Amino acid sequence: MAALASIAHRVTGVMLFVGIALLFYLLDLGLGSEESFAEAVALLDEPLPKLIIWGVLGALIFHLVAGVKSLLLDFHVGSSLEGSRIASGLSVAISAVLIGMAGVWLW
Amino acid sequence: MVTNITSFGRSGLSDFIVQRVSAIVIAVYTLCVAGFFLVNPGMTHEALLGYFSSLPMKMFSTLALLSTAAHAWIGMWTVGTDYIRGHYFGAHATVYRMFYQFGCMFVLFVYVLWGLLIFWGI
Repeated sequence: MAALASIAHRVTGVMLFVGIALLFYLLDLGLGSEESFAEAVALLDEPLPKLIIWGVLGALIFHLVAGVKSLLLDFHVGSSLEGSRIASGLSVAISAVLIGMAGVWLW
Repeated sequence: MVTNITSFGRSGLSDFIVQRVSAIVIAVYTLCVAGFFLVNPGMTHEALLGYFSSLPMKMFSTLALLSTAAHAWIGMWTVGTDYIRGHYFGAHATVYRMFYQFGCMFVLFVYVLWGLLIFWGI
């Protein structure tokens, strides 16, 4: 679990490197004008873009939670073998709940 | 062999610190923006513009943008030096990695310019 969470931290980081373009695009549209704001809202109503945005937000959530775990690890919180197992499980569980909530919020 | 000359701060320790400080800045910024969206369910153009166009928010956005560029560079550098090496890519791994790193740098440069245009153009 700890190894999987570690790889997932990397994978979501690379996903964000690409996916942040979508967030920038939406923000650009949203801030532009009333018309472009409406365009962004319309885009968010399409099933596929919505799914992709959920994916990017999900990656962001996981990367953030895993990052907090890493920071705690730097201060030797949860750095024992048993502790790291618990911390990894906990970070995956917290991310899953938050990603689910983000999905509910989007739909 | 991988040398550290293309690392962000020319030293692993410096990169380690920058990666963590930038992470904290991005995390706080993300929570602020997420919180704004959560307390405004029926988002309007006016509300969005109002939130991002104050001077302190523009400065915070710029700080988060630059932190993101540094954070992403160090992260992508780490991934690149871990996987694009002789063991997996053969004798020309260093050449491939240079192309990869130039690509990453170009993308991040575009992101920074785009972000600055978004945040300071409003």
